[in-house]
Amino acid sequence: MAPIVSVSNLSKTYASGFTALKGVSLDIEQGEILALLGPNGAGKTTMISIICGIVNASGGEVTVGGHDVVRDFRQTRAMIGLVPQELTTDAFETVWNTVSFSRGLHGKKPDPAHIEKVLKDLSLWDKKDNMLRELSGGMKRRVLIAKALSHEPRVLFLDEPTAGVDVTLRKSMWDVVRELRASGVTIILTTHYIEEAEEIADRIAVINGGEILLVEEKAALMTKLGRKQLRVDLAQPLDRVPEILSSYDLTLEGDGQCLIFDYDTSAGRTGITALLAALAEAGIRLKDISTRQSSLEDIFVEIVEAGR
Amino acid sequence: MNIEAVKSIYFFEMARTRRTLLQSVVSPVISTSLYFIVFGAAIGARIQEINGVSYGAFITPGLMMLTLLTQCIANGSFGIYFPKFTGTVYEVLSSPISMMEIVLGYVGAAATKGLMIGTIILVTASLFVDLSIAHPFVMLFFFVLTAITFSLFGFIIGIWAKDFEQLNLIPMLVVPPLVFLGGSFYSIDMLPPFWRTVSHFNPVLYLISGFRWSFFEISDVNPVASAVIILVFLTVCMSVLTWIFHTGYRLRN
Repeated sequence: MAPIVSVSNLSKTYASGFTALKGVSLDIEQGEILALLGPNGAGKTTMISIICGIVNASGGEVTVGGHDVVRDFRQTRAMIGLVPQELTTDAFETVWNTVSFSRGLHGKKPDPAHIEKVLKDLSLWDKKDNMLRELSGGMKRRVLIAKALSHEPRVLFLDEPTAGVDVTLRKSMWDVVRELRASGVTIILTTHYIEEAEEIADRIAVINGGEILLVEEKAALMTKLGRKQLRVDLAQPLDRVPEILSSYDLTLEGDGQCLIFDYDTSAGRTGITALLAALAEAGIRLKDISTRQSSLEDIFVEIVEAGR
Repeated sequence: MNIEAVKSIYFFEMARTRRTLLQSVVSPVISTSLYFIVFGAAIGARIQEINGVSYGAFITPGLMMLTLLTQCIANGSFGIYFPKFTGTVYEVLSSPISMMEIVLGYVGAAATKGLMIGTIILVTASLFVDLSIAHPFVMLFFFVLTAITFSLFGFIIGIWAKDFEQLNLIPMLVVPPLVFLGGSFYSIDMLPPFWRTVSHFNPVLYLISGFRWSFFEISDVNPVASAVIILVFLTVCMSVLTWIFHTGYRLRN
């Protein structure tokens, strides 16, 4: 199936001379949740802004649903919902009016039933007549999501949607995102909470310095780049790794109180049994043993560091 | 054409007028009444008729133009500057709407507000002086075209302005002198020859003069020249906007 969003060789240099994107290419499949990860200033928001029509590209092209975002902007923008990073709202408007305004802007006739459903799904129904300036930050964030969903988009961009949002609200937001995905909406999100991406995304794209460093299925990424560590806490501290254990990839940490052993779970032999036997043979007494899987965050940091 | 979007912007902007009724409508009525008391009654009583028109009636078209110009520029510039300032402009820019449709929504609303206030001033003025409009269609031509042109001019200022100081620079520092020195409250025949010549370089003189001709058939310059000037300024504003849309100047770059 053709990708719903296709970014090809996209570049952007701002008037200030800052190059935010350096020939980025990325295909986003219909119905998936893609997490776009990258440090501040990596180019995430610029890329989203170009796809949505807020910023002009310096080079390259983008299609949404097979339509060019510049030439066929009416078709592409009608398909897209955008939740921006900043809490930008009309302070003196009511929730109902601002969400209805967004629907109209996207060329859709008024549909009070749909607006009511969106507001109820986002627990905003009882605030529909409140002015936006009366709402808390978390509620404003939900209003922005409601605005983006007001015209029933097929592609939803969530730029840092959970920044400054409490845990309960964050969970209910992800429930909404899962429901949307189940109804066939493609979702592209950027987040600083990598554990969220780990929990919700189907694929991960890592961007830094205006370049895409990697695009991978989340599960494959975790298997490919994720490592496991065996941590052995010792009863007696060691000065150095004993000679008898030199054939193992061991590091001594915690003032000689623990040994760290990196191993590959996909390998036929992990070496754990042999290591434990060697430790017993060397007369080293153990206090505790634990293993740890490297998280997406570890992988992300590693990729970004390697790219520098 | 995305009619729903144009309607949304237009009514969204008009709703702001309702919310700020005092500032939008009552304030110009009060200031017009004050102008009539000061210029019409206090000073006007000592000024003889100008070309057979009482001074109070003579200044009415000038007052309408003064308010129309300042209101249209203010509404046109604020309408687009405020979303830029708050950041909500992202939504307009990411909607399936052409720049011309955006202008239609914002400038349409700004011009409508200007025309509403101009009409209120006309009604208020008629309470103070006897007014008759000799050429109603010509009057409407100048009235509507000036509202549209200066709302467009305001829209351009709103896109250009980077802060509130720039936003107010032209409406506060450039427009009032041009309007006051454009014959709002006098005929340029009353000026010494040097200043009369200088006044002919003031485009606002042509607007006020043409507009006044539609009321009383008296003018400082040929009404055809007035019509040409307003059409030229409209064309200039449209050309600048077309360039802005083409380049994304201060909106998309």
